[in-house]
Amino acid sequence: MSDAAPVSSPLYKANIRSGRIIIWTLLFIGGIMMISPLAFMFATSFKTADQVYDLRLIPAAPTLSNYIAVLADGRFMRWFFNSMLVATIVTVSNCFFDSLVGYTLAKFDFRGRQFVFIAILSTLMIPTEMLVIPWYLMSSQLGWLDSYWGIMFPGMMTAFGTFLMKQFFEGVPNDFLEAARVDGLNEFQIWWKVAMPLVTPALSALAIFTFLGNWTAFFWPLIVTTSKELYTLPVGLSSFAVEQQIQWEMIMTGAAIATIPTLIVFIVLQRYIVRGVMLAGLKG
Amino acid sequence: MAAIEQQGAASGRPNREGGLSMRTRRLIWVWSFLAVPILFYVIIRFYPTFQAFYLSLTNWDLVRPPKLVWFANYIKLYKDPQFWKVFKNTFLYLIVGTPISLLLAFTIAYFLDRVRFMHNFIRALYFLPFLTTAAAMAWVWRWFYQPPPIGIINDVLAMVGIPQQPFIRSTGQALYSIMVTSIWAGLGFQIIIFMAGLRAIPNTFYEAARIDGLGEWAILRKITLPLLKPTTVFLVVFSSIGFLRIFDQVYNMTTNDPGGPLGSTKPLVLMIYQTAFNSYAMGYAAAQTVVLFTILLIVSLLQLWILREKK
Repeated sequence: MSDAAPVSSPLYKANIRSGRIIIWTLLFIGGIMMISPLAFMFATSFKTADQVYDLRLIPAAPTLSNYIAVLADGRFMRWFFNSMLVATIVTVSNCFFDSLVGYTLAKFDFRGRQFVFIAILSTLMIPTEMLVIPWYLMSSQLGWLDSYWGIMFPGMMTAFGTFLMKQFFEGVPNDFLEAARVDGLNEFQIWWKVAMPLVTPALSALAIFTFLGNWTAFFWPLIVTTSKELYTLPVGLSSFAVEQQIQWEMIMTGAAIATIPTLIVFIVLQRYIVRGVMLAGLKG
Repeated sequence: MAAIEQQGAASGRPNREGGLSMRTRRLIWVWSFLAVPILFYVIIRFYPTFQAFYLSLTNWDLVRPPKLVWFANYIKLYKDPQFWKVFKNTFLYLIVGTPISLLLAFTIAYFLDRVRFMHNFIRALYFLPFLTTAAAMAWVWRWFYQPPPIGIINDVLAMVGIPQQPFIRSTGQALYSIMVTSIWAGLGFQIIIFMAGLRAIPNTFYEAARIDGLGEWAILRKITLPLLKPTTVFLVVFSSIGFLRIFDQVYNMTTNDPGGPLGSTKPLVLMIYQTAFNSYAMGYAAAQTVVLFTILLIVSLLQLWILREKK
């Protein structure tokens, strides 16, 4: 901007002010464009088939008939339930095991600590895509194909979560743990009752990301499930959309159903999510 | 550090219970905490990794037991024109997609960082797409790209007098149309990370620069960008890895001919999926996954190397 103008001149201030308004407006328009796919998706989910060509965001005659049709089908309920179940169990498992391992690596001194840590961390380098073929083989040998456990087992613990939790447990003062030891708590109780409550921000970030990651997961569930009853919501939606072909209002309704839970999670936990992304991004 | 000292003090204490020293009892706790996780990492992560390498040297097809063929799969891959096409597509996603998305993300973050009025709301608008399900949003975008009167983008183009575009129906535009979807989904994350990076730069740097009479542009070039280098490198790598592993969007936007039209959008992961789970050429697919692993490893090592070099 006008570097030459003296800082105190009214012209300079007016320039800054109008510059700010322009920037704000541009950012606002950009933001509206960013959510327009979501807006059109929801708008169309409330339209009948013959209204799909109408670009209005607020439908002329909003209807819930698509939702009723999609949910009456029953399969969506099942896929929704499957995704919810799988994502919840995997999240609980990650919160438990990643924290336990992170705590152990942060707060105990033992031979092999560094080795275990590096070994776990090194798994971050291995892409899922390389493991799916051995996982598929393992699942077919052990009868895990097309089962909930088959969908869940690869994600029950993650190196990323362990690393994140270790970072945070390192910040827990040893005095607290020592005091608990004097009080006669055993090591498990110290972790669960003393250390865990002190890292709830990290734990909630881990929970949110694990849940969302599993809610949206597509690649492995697509491979491991074969019967429609066991599809997760993204895989089910994909097969549903292929079936519907050009009935875009039905496809948008399905997509909306897959999106609504993440929206709710975002609206309720927005502050944690943004802070969590920053934490995860900067530490990871 | 404190943990180690504390541990040393504890083990030195002649505090014995049930014949076990404090140190031994603590070690029992440690390994019982780690037992299940170690088993998990060995069985679900390390063993499959080695198995993937091994399978890539076999002709396993899910029916007959695997037979060692050494590097036959890699030679086949090297001679396979489809692989080189897929390789080119994958890097096209990366080389075009990463700079565009980073430039957009930085510009938005740079200005959004100064906005106070409705800051959280605008940030939310940009961030929200990051949380959506790729498989679901791929269908929304697929609908957007339809020919008129169904496709919204073509409708809008018609309004301003631009001729109809084929988008995902043409070999020339399909890859870029899918790339837009992917950039859109990842932008919010990059903006948040850039903003965190901008906040981390101490204000004193800017104050000093202003006293020295540096202009807005000079401050950006000489202070903001150099100090933001670790953040930028992280995002370049993160975004590159994302593009190298692109699958959900491509699969869902081209279901009638996955990776089409004519293989023009097919990335490596989709080729792996088809080789393994449509053709059941597991050994050949395993070799492809090893190639993907190698590329990802090089990208990650490059990040470490760049960041170490400048410190």
